[in-house]
Amino acid sequence: MKNAFIGSAIERREDLRFLRGRGEYVDDLKPDGLLYAVILRSSVAHGRIVSIDVSAALKIPGVHAVITAKDMPGGAPIVPMRLQPLPEFKPFEQPVIAHDKVRYVGEPLAVVIADSVAIGEDALEAIEIQIESLPAVADWHVAKRDQNLLFEGPGTNRSLTFNAVRGDADAAFVNAPYVRRETFRTGRHYGLTMEPRGVMAQWDAAKGLLTVSGAAKVPFFNRRILAKQIGLPEDSIEMIENDVGGGFGARGEFYPEDFLIPFAARQLNRPVKWIEDRRENLMAMNHAREAEVDVELACERDGTILALRGHAHVDMGAYMRTNGAVGARNIAQFMAGPYRIPNVKLDVSLWMTNKTPVGTYRGPGRFETDFFRERLLDLVAQDLGIDRVEFRRKNLVARSEMPYQIATISPYLHEDEYDSGDYQATLDRCLKEIGWSEKAKLAGRLIDGHYHGIAVGCFIEGGGAGPKETARLEINDDGSISVYIGSSAVGQGVETVFAQIAADALEIPLDRIRWVHHGSTTYVSDGYGAYHSRSVVMGGSALLDAANNFKAALSEEAAKRLGCDASEITIDEDKVSGAGKSLPLAAFAGLTREGAFLNKKHTYSYGAQAAHVAVDAKIGKVDILDYVVVQDAGRIINPLTLRGQVIGSLVQGLGGAFLENLVYDEQGQLLTGSLADYLLPTASDFPRLRAIVMDEHPSPINPLGAKGAGEGGMVGAGGVIANAVANALQSFNPDLRELPLTPTRVWEMTQKKA
Amino acid sequence: MKLPPLEYACPASLSEAVALLAAGGGDARAIAGGQSLMPMLAFRVVAPTLLVDLRKPPELKEIRISADGVRLGAMVRWRDIEDDARLAAAHPLLKAAVEHVAHYQIRNRGTVGGSIAHADPAAEMPGICVTCDAEIAVIGSAGSRVIRADDFFVGALTTALEHDEIITEIRLPAWPANRRWGFREFSRRRGDFAMAAAALFYDQDAGGSAVNAHVGVIGLGDRSRRLPEVEAALNSQVIDEALIERAAEITSATVDAQEDIHASAAYRRSLAGTMVERALRSAAA
Ligand SMILES: Cc1cc2nc3c(=O)[nH]c(=O)nc-3n(C[C@H](O)[C@H](O)[C@H](O)COP(=O)(O)OP(=O)(O)OC[C@H]3O[C@@H](n4cnc5c(N)ncnc54)[C@H](O)[C@@H]3O)c2cc1C
Repeated sequence: MKNAFIGSAIERREDLRFLRGRGEYVDDLKPDGLLYAVILRSSVAHGRIVSIDVSAALKIPGVHAVITAKDMPGGAPIVPMRLQPLPEFKPFEQPVIAHDKVRYVGEPLAVVIADSVAIGEDALEAIEIQIESLPAVADWHVAKRDQNLLFEGPGTNRSLTFNAVRGDADAAFVNAPYVRRETFRTGRHYGLTMEPRGVMAQWDAAKGLLTVSGAAKVPFFNRRILAKQIGLPEDSIEMIENDVGGGFGARGEFYPEDFLIPFAARQLNRPVKWIEDRRENLMAMNHAREAEVDVELACERDGTILALRGHAHVDMGAYMRTNGAVGARNIAQFMAGPYRIPNVKLDVSLWMTNKTPVGTYRGPGRFETDFFRERLLDLVAQDLGIDRVEFRRKNLVARSEMPYQIATISPYLHEDEYDSGDYQATLDRCLKEIGWSEKAKLAGRLIDGHYHGIAVGCFIEGGGAGPKETARLEINDDGSISVYIGSSAVGQGVETVFAQIAADALEIPLDRIRWVHHGSTTYVSDGYGAYHSRSVVMGGSALLDAANNFKAALSEEAAKRLGCDASEITIDEDKVSGAGKSLPLAAFAGLTREGAFLNKKHTYSYGAQAAHVAVDAKIGKVDILDYVVVQDAGRIINPLTLRGQVIGSLVQGLGGAFLENLVYDEQGQLLTGSLADYLLPTASDFPRLRAIVMDEHPSPINPLGAKGAGEGGMVGAGGVIANAVANALQSFNPDLRELPLTPTRVWEMTQKKA
Repeated sequence: MKLPPLEYACPASLSEAVALLAAGGGDARAIAGGQSLMPMLAFRVVAPTLLVDLRKPPELKEIRISADGVRLGAMVRWRDIEDDARLAAAHPLLKAAVEHVAHYQIRNRGTVGGSIAHADPAAEMPGICVTCDAEIAVIGSAGSRVIRADDFFVGALTTALEHDEIITEIRLPAWPANRRWGFREFSRRRGDFAMAAAALFYDQDAGGSAVNAHVGVIGLGDRSRRLPEVEAALNSQVIDEALIERAAEITSATVDAQEDIHASAAYRRSLAGTMVERALRSAAA
């Protein structure tokens, strides 16, 4: 039979389970003898720990233990960086529990193990803690003075400066006929998951086996860290991935709790579970995005871009966490975006501050840098008197220039290139879909008390990080097939798309793919998980390899049993045939083969976004009347799930553009400590969003031709919204250089000239 | 975010409830819909040792409408107000304001008594009470009393209630059929507490001039207040566009506004003026 599940809009098979309440999250696990962990977190942003007295807490009935750094033989282990583990970052890595200093509000100080969470929280109140406060370094401007240091060792609050270089920007600026220099800022956000994090650990002393549930995103990598920290061989630890309520880059990285809970379980020889509550989640899960840039663009008078140069500063929070440097790196490497900028020189400095540490959040660095760039492009087009669409068109990387070399990052020394695509085509399609020429007539007009504005921007999205992924296929007792894969499910629909890929590769009906088992360390020999929009590209390609190996093995085995040559064997629905005879697939139950895909290159999906907004200037309120994202993702496995990803990430981007902001005061206290103050988009906020997905230009770097594509909606949102609002308020000559666009900021822009 | 240890009681009558609160000293607390109290317990910002549930006494649940006005039992929920078709005529301002309270699930549980006892400066119901000269009937171990709304609200999350007093009823004076009114609110998302809101009404004399103007603002300063300067500017005048704009200016100039993480003080002052302006325009339309 011939299959074409790839490319079909197939509904998510995992949804039936979720919608019927049959998902299994880590908090659903309640083994016998379970104890609960509750964490005492610092309420001081910066200080020296004088003493922690847990004696009163230990006396509370139902409290089994209170663990502090003192209980860890050899001291509190450090959480190492997973990505860009440069030696410069070493001194800034986080211990799993504070022992000499606290460096942010929310840093773990002690872990209470109790019969219930409520008793644990009672015990928190009984712990006597003395911290000698130090002056807080609450933002990067303060950090830069290096007066108060978070870490005495390195003698500075700057952990590193990345440089992104292409060509010779300084030389290009010398003779440039036109230059514009600007400063832009983005707020502090985080990848807020509906389900907070959770870890459950069980120690089987007889087997010497530690089982950790609640693993996500990168279970194999986290097992390596934990094995080292806790002093066990890797194969004595199983990391189990459960259903999760969202990942967004933040869930599944190795956090302090990923050591503390297994450690407690092993110490007490009892199962221990910790479920983060929302208040903890706001101060313990990785933050992201807060950045500022001083940037300049050099152009010919006709709008040909000559060079981009500048210095960005990222507020890193208190420690370099596992993937903490990625956002900063991306700000520098991707500021040029999809545009042909021959000369680039961008520095980005990473400043340690007394706030929750940062990590990746969907579109890391890209949301920020796309806002900086697209806003600058509109300002420059206006200066030069060039139509902003033509300006972009003129400078987009052309199809004929692919693969296109981008700026190289050092000291990490990372070279990269855009793989394929026709950036003009997605821009054209986007303009057509939004009805640009008609809507352009509304720009700046006041209709029924609302100023109308439009804007368009172009983006690229990286994906498909290597080095490797592993997949395995196995025949079940009933003759159906199970897929086992090293990719992780964080809500992106991998069970559906991997079933599609496997069914096509084996040329069998979709429902013959019974299960897609993902993530856990028990399924395949090695796995790399879900980040950098890599699951389909890497996992899907590994699955193709596994299918080839599987078919070869099956044919060989069937040929033996049927007495024919392996090349004569055909697989059809539920049977294997050859030499005029056939056997049911079930007869081969247990047959299994693994496959892998190795890759060093990245995929780059790309597209354009356009918005039409109406601004009620008197109250600073912005309505989105229409928003279109066009994204070309190479070969599309499932347009339905892809569109869902585009819309979902766009809504998160709009949250960052308008609502979300983690606010700290000068003492480093988090003022947005609940969802009453950290404002997420709700169902009624952005009803009019459209996503159009295209598959014109497959990636040449993987056998599927697929490109990573779960982040693009978000990447462009800040820049497009900023430009649309500025376009609407053009009669006020608005000073728009900062996100989020709160009502106060929008209103202030209308006050200067009014 | 688990509750501190506490006891729970669910008395059948008001007198029992009062007795329990009185016996508990300051450590017992009434609970109505729980929509404000439960989060405070979970955050452990309050830690009573006894919760006295008010859901049983039947006299707290009624909406009574008569020639004297509208009487809302303390346990009347937002949902009950929404569902009561009589209120569209009997008190359209109340109905319009309640549409802005919270979200579906919360409206199914939250009560008018809980709202005014909680006294959030940005809550709609206290604003309606102040604007409409409501009276608040309460019962305690010292007996019953009636408190004028303006005296009831003392400041942010602070009221004139004694610890053993229970609100039984909110009394809103009668609403003449031809009264002009307006309500406007802006919040950052639907269902959020107001950044600012204006609740107002006036009657018209034979010549079409405004009389008896009542103008209240919500979400500014430590509690909802009426704006006597604006009311004075409106009374005895025909409300036209110029007057509406002047009312907005007076509002912005006189309201008490503070900066917080969501907005600057200047913005809030301006917003209050705009809300009054828009509410007045809809009243006059
Ligand atoms: C997400 C969210 C959004 C919200 N948005 C809004 C909004 O936009 N506008 C708004 O107005 N409110 C809003 N609220 C609050 C909501 O309206 C609450 O229902 C209301 O403030 C309290 O009513 P309750 O019945 O739940 O009171 P409870 O939470 O049970 O009690 C609140 C306080 O009142 C006391 N109390 C209750 N009843 C009495 C009584 N009869 N006599 C004496 N004391 C009493 C309690 O002891 C407690 O101190 C929101 C709440 C949430 C969770």
